[in-house]
Amino acid sequence: MSAPAAPLPALVCPAGSLPALKAAVDNGADAVYLGFKNDTNARNFAGLNFDPKTMADGIRYAHGKGCEVLLAINTFPQAGRVDAWRRAVDAAADLGVDAIILADVGLLDYACRRHPGQRLHLSVQGSATSYEAINFAHREFGVRRAVLPRVLTLAQVEHVIRNTPVEIEVFGFGSLCVMNEGRCWLSSYACGESPNTVGACSPAKYVKWDKQPGAMETRLNGILIDRFGDDEPAGYPTLCKGRFQVQGETYYALEEPTSLNVLSILPDIVKIGVRAIKVEGRQRSPAYVTQVTRTLRAALDALASDGERYHVKPNWQAELAKVSEGNQATLGAYNRPWR
Amino acid sequence: MNQGFTVPKFRLPGFVAAVGAKLPQWPHALALVAGLNLAVKMRLLPEDSLNTLEDRLFRVRVRDTGGEAAFTYRGGLFRPVFRPGREPDLAFAANLSAFLQLLNRQEDPDTLFFNRELEITGDTELGLVVKNMLDAVEWPSLPRLPLARR
Ligand code: SF4
Repeated sequence: MSAPAAPLPALVCPAGSLPALKAAVDNGADAVYLGFKNDTNARNFAGLNFDPKTMADGIRYAHGKGCEVLLAINTFPQAGRVDAWRRAVDAAADLGVDAIILADVGLLDYACRRHPGQRLHLSVQGSATSYEAINFAHREFGVRRAVLPRVLTLAQVEHVIRNTPVEIEVFGFGSLCVMNEGRCWLSSYACGESPNTVGACSPAKYVKWDKQPGAMETRLNGILIDRFGDDEPAGYPTLCKGRFQVQGETYYALEEPTSLNVLSILPDIVKIGVRAIKVEGRQRSPAYVTQVTRTLRAALDALASDGERYHVKPNWQAELAKVSEGNQATLGAYNRPWR
Repeated sequence: MNQGFTVPKFRLPGFVAAVGAKLPQWPHALALVAGLNLAVKMRLLPEDSLNTLEDRLFRVRVRDTGGEAAFTYRGGLFRPVFRPGREPDLAFAANLSAFLQLLNRQEDPDTLFFNRELEITGDTELGLVVKNMLDAVEWPSLPRLPLARR
C-alpha cells in the first residue's frame, strides 16, 4: 500500500436541518457546517437551518460521533443591525462549535477580540483568492482556515497553499455559482436582494414557476429568466442560470447549470495539501446529503488505501450525477486554461 | 433512515390514471390529512413553519393513479377540502414512485424537480417552507413501507 503523500483532507458536509446533519455524520463527514435560522447566514431560506434547541441537539449528536461542527455566519452585517451579527457570534462561541465561518472583516475583528480562543475560518463569501488576502486575515484576526472561492485553477490553489500557514479548504461538489463569489449582485438587480445582504440569492418570494401548455416558465420578480420544454431538465431560478436572448440567439448567456465534481482530480487536490473538501448544499434535503457524503467518503477512503492506483468508480459518478443540478458535472475553474 | 430497501422508479400504466380519476377522491384526502395531523400531534412539524400554512390551499396529485387530494391548515389542524372552488396556493404533482421515494428520503426533492419528475406550482416560498419543513422532520422509526427489499 503506497501511503498518500499528504494527510487526507477533512470532508465538510452541509446541514440545513437536523436530519441532514445526522445523515452527514452517519455517512462519514469529518465536519458539518450549519447556520442559524436568520439572515446571518447565506442560506437564509424559509424553514431551513437551526433554532437554538435543534442547534444544541445537532452539536451534541455530531460531537458524540467525533464529527466537528462549523457554524457559518457568512453574510455581511447590515447598517443599523450590526448587533444581530455580533450576537450570533457570541451565541456560536457559547454553543461550543469547533469553528465559526465568517466573511466580514468587522465581524472577524469582533470575534477574535471578544472570543480569543475561538477558531475562526474565512468564508468563501469573504472572497479571498490570494495568499496576501488570506495572510492578512491570519495576521489580523488569527484565521486558521480559509475557504477558497471557486475561481482558481489547481495550480493557483497550490500557489496559495505554498505561501500561507492557513489551512485551505476547497469545494469538492455542488452547484456552481458564476465565478464571482461573494461579489455577485445579479440577484439584487432583479429583486433588490442578494446573498450578501439578505442571505439568499433569488429569494423564493420573487420566484414564479408558470406552467404553460408544453412548457414551464421561470420568472424572477416578473423577469422571464427561462422556459423549459416538458422533457427538459430545470435549473435553479437564479439570474446567472437563466437563458437569454443575446444578438438573436437564446442560450445560457452567463452560465450553464452545472455541478462541480472533483472526484477525477482528488489525488491532485490531496497532493497539493488541501486540508478540507467542502460539499455545497445546505438548501438540499437529507437524501442529497446522504448520497453525496457517502460517495465522497468512499472516494477519500479509496484514495487512502489505494494511493496511486486510485480510480474513479462508475457508481460514484452515477450517484453524484443523479443529484447534480443540470445533470452535468465539470471541474469548474480547477482545470481552466486561462487565469 | 432508508436502510434496507429502496423504492424503484416505476410508472403505472395510463389506464390506472384514467380509472383512478373517476373514483371518489376523498379517501386520499382523508388519509393524507390524518397522517399530517398525526405529525402535528407528535410535534414533529415546527410551529413557525406551520403558522405560515394557515388557511392556504394545497393540492397533491398523483399523476399515474389519477388520485388527487386538496387540503388546508386551519386552527392547528390539517383539514381536507372536498370542493376547492379555486386554484390551490401550492400544488404538487408526481408519479406514485416519486412520492414514495420522497417520503422514504431516498430521493432529494430538488433532484426530482430538476429532472421534472416532481412538479411544484403556485407560491414558491410556500413550497420552500413545506419542503424544508418535511426535510426537518425527525421521523420516529416508521413502520416500513411494504415494498420489496433490496
Ligand atoms: S446569481 Fe448566480 S452567481 Fe450570483 S449569487 Fe445567485 S447563484 Fe450565485
